Amino acid sequence: MMEITEGSHAVAEAVRLCRPQVISAYPITPQTHVVEALADMVANCQLDAEYITVENELSALSACIGASAAGSRTYSATTSQGLALMFEVCFNAAGMRLPIVMSIANRALGAPLSIWNDQQDSISLRDSGWLQFYAEDNQEATDLHYIAYRVAEDHSVLLPAFVCFDGFILSHTYEPIDMLSQEDIDRFLPEFTPYERLDAADPISFGMYATPDYYLEFRYEMDRALKESKAIIQNTGKEFARMFGRDYSAMVEGYRLEDADTAIVALGSICGTTKDSIDEMRDEGKKVGLLKIRVFRPFPTEDVAKALAHVKRVAVLDKNISLGAKGAVALEVKDALYSSGIPVKDYIIGLGGRDVRKKDIKAIVALVEKGQGDMFYGLRTEVL
Amino acid sequence: MALAVGCRGRPGKSRDNKTGSWRVFKPVFDREKCTKCGLCMTLCPEGCIHETVEDFVDPDYTYCKGCGICAEECPGEAIEMKQEEK
Amino acid sequence: MVDKTLELFDCGHRACGGCGAALAARLVTKAAGTDTIVVSSTGCMEVFSTPYPETAWKVPWIHSLFENAAAVASGIEASLKKQGRKEKVVIMAGDGATFDIGMICISGAFERGHDFTYICYDNEAYMNTGIQRSGATPYDASTTTSPAGKCSFGNKLPKKDMPQILAAHGAPYVATASIAYPADLMQKIEKAVNTKGPCYVQVHAPCCTGWGFEGDQTIAVAKLAIETGLWVNYEMVDGKVVKAKKVVRKPVEEYLKTQKRFRHLFKPKRQDAEIAAIQAMADRNAEKYGIDIKLRKE
Repeated sequence: MMEITEGSHAVAEAVRLCRPQVISAYPITPQTHVVEALADMVANCQLDAEYITVENELSALSACIGASAAGSRTYSATTSQGLALMFEVCFNAAGMRLPIVMSIANRALGAPLSIWNDQQDSISLRDSGWLQFYAEDNQEATDLHYIAYRVAEDHSVLLPAFVCFDGFILSHTYEPIDMLSQEDIDRFLPEFTPYERLDAADPISFGMYATPDYYLEFRYEMDRALKESKAIIQNTGKEFARMFGRDYSAMVEGYRLEDADTAIVALGSICGTTKDSIDEMRDEGKKVGLLKIRVFRPFPTEDVAKALAHVKRVAVLDKNISLGAKGAVALEVKDALYSSGIPVKDYIIGLGGRDVRKKDIKAIVALVEKGQGDMFYGLRTEVL
Repeated sequence: MALAVGCRGRPGKSRDNKTGSWRVFKPVFDREKCTKCGLCMTLCPEGCIHETVEDFVDPDYTYCKGCGICAEECPGEAIEMKQEEK
Repeated sequence: MVDKTLELFDCGHRACGGCGAALAARLVTKAAGTDTIVVSSTGCMEVFSTPYPETAWKVPWIHSLFENAAAVASGIEASLKKQGRKEKVVIMAGDGATFDIGMICISGAFERGHDFTYICYDNEAYMNTGIQRSGATPYDASTTTSPAGKCSFGNKLPKKDMPQILAAHGAPYVATASIAYPADLMQKIEKAVNTKGPCYVQVHAPCCTGWGFEGDQTIAVAKLAIETGLWVNYEMVDGKVVKAKKVVRKPVEEYLKTQKRFRHLFKPKRQDAEIAAIQAMADRNAEKYGIDIKLRKE
């Protein structure tokens, strides 16, 4: 059913439809509307869940670990400083192979303190073993939660998942959303069947320690599960498309890319602005296209290489920076294109919520055509 | 045995580790002095002392580490720690 | 009814011979029974009981991180509630995980009033990492991060009063216990596990390796701690002390001289002022909890 709703509320409704048994989250801007909406649903008997008002983020995810291990579908949400505070818990949850889904309303990391959007927070946890989905708009932010639970809970995956959507830009924006019904989601996402659980009837020890004889193999198994999840993502996306018409089976999506000379690569809401900018540049005769990356972990290396094989140059928009090196997405795109010889330029953009306009995308295309890049785009040298 | 998902384990495997090999001294139980009070069974950190014949107790020497708590605490002084010949 | 003849903590674990914590694990699981889910923090007990693939736990068990056992337990409790399941949730954490790094998670969990039992096995230092001081380390104990030396008598700080802190959070039942008195310990565990709400039991578990005494002395040392008044076994119901174990008190010296961690108080020179200060702490405990048995004079 179509409704005009705030991104956060659409996400909360999507989570409600997934029927989590335990919700454990700590409020932090700009995720607050999500957790408030969920609390409201519980208080009004619209959501039958235990809602744990934890005292900090590391407890939030820790409680999810306990609840998931005990056999419940669980949910949390955070961003920025909160995600950073639960750094070790993220690695722990993935290593314990618990299919927790957590929304990330992407926000910049301090210092300096910033409440505004960039993608440094979730990108900085790319090593953790969590699946990472990035939403272009609120429809994707909503639908990706259903997809994430299905994929995470698959017994051949059993890894937790981030569903990332840009803070304020998506979370606090009203858009028309096709909200699916409880019957729809019950058909798509069955009751949680844990692979194993804490149960007196069948005692298991969860979270043993691994000596050097075993640790490498456990990490290998996680890497294997993450890489093999690509097929699960594809099948799940296809089934969703069959049932509801929207196709999330591809980890990357091209926009006017088939005959492009210049390709822009990006994650998240910046793709919307980029598409509008591309339409204008196309009208002016420029052969520009976009490769949107919707799944960042596992990284779709083969898909990226295939999609960009024919282009003359690539401009990567990075809403993050690995300080002292480059933007994280650019480094991985370069890896995918290593043997192709295609030049890849990196543009650090939109950090700390700085607005990105269509004209900025055009300016970047002009720069990459001149072979200029690997820079902080829009650096205000006058304030340095 | 295939690698357990998430580094998990089921009960029983700790018994593969025969901690009796750690021992230097071995508790020897004197049934003449034993009053069957059961204190040694309660206090053994390994839980390896069990009732065997006629409610008397014996340690499971496969796991007994020879810590000596049973000998030290036995009210009847019925347990003696003897150096083991290997 | 819990079958107390069952051994739910198996042989083959890698605790030192004479380990107080291993005994605590055995007695606690015995008292709690098979319908229990145990949450362990990182520490000696977790490490000596679960080197993959060997686990000594015969009840469902989970270890996550050092500081978060109380938070993990909160999630388990919520999940069980939702599923309508009846297993008891029992946390077993060392003093390091409880008094120090776990404070945030414990405070939050007790404030929220989850139905679980938190058992702290107190060996008075971070033992698993090599005997560093914790908030539970007693005054003048020598540890590797509070060593006795030419200008130090060891740990300068008093033991944090965790039982009182958690009673102040509204815990309905709080108790201290010791492996020296196993029947009493098991009774308290049973009471805690069957009391609704967040309950706390702090179990004194002397460590032969960390405190410096022979493994066969573990129970004897634990008894002396109580007999000198440096450890008091008591129970609190709804924040009020209702019962404390009474003793015919011995001078603190008799306890201190059994352990290498206090040897600097006697050698090379007897430190009268320090021993007196420790005696004063024992005297204050005796006063506060009313533990002195006053023998009638003939």
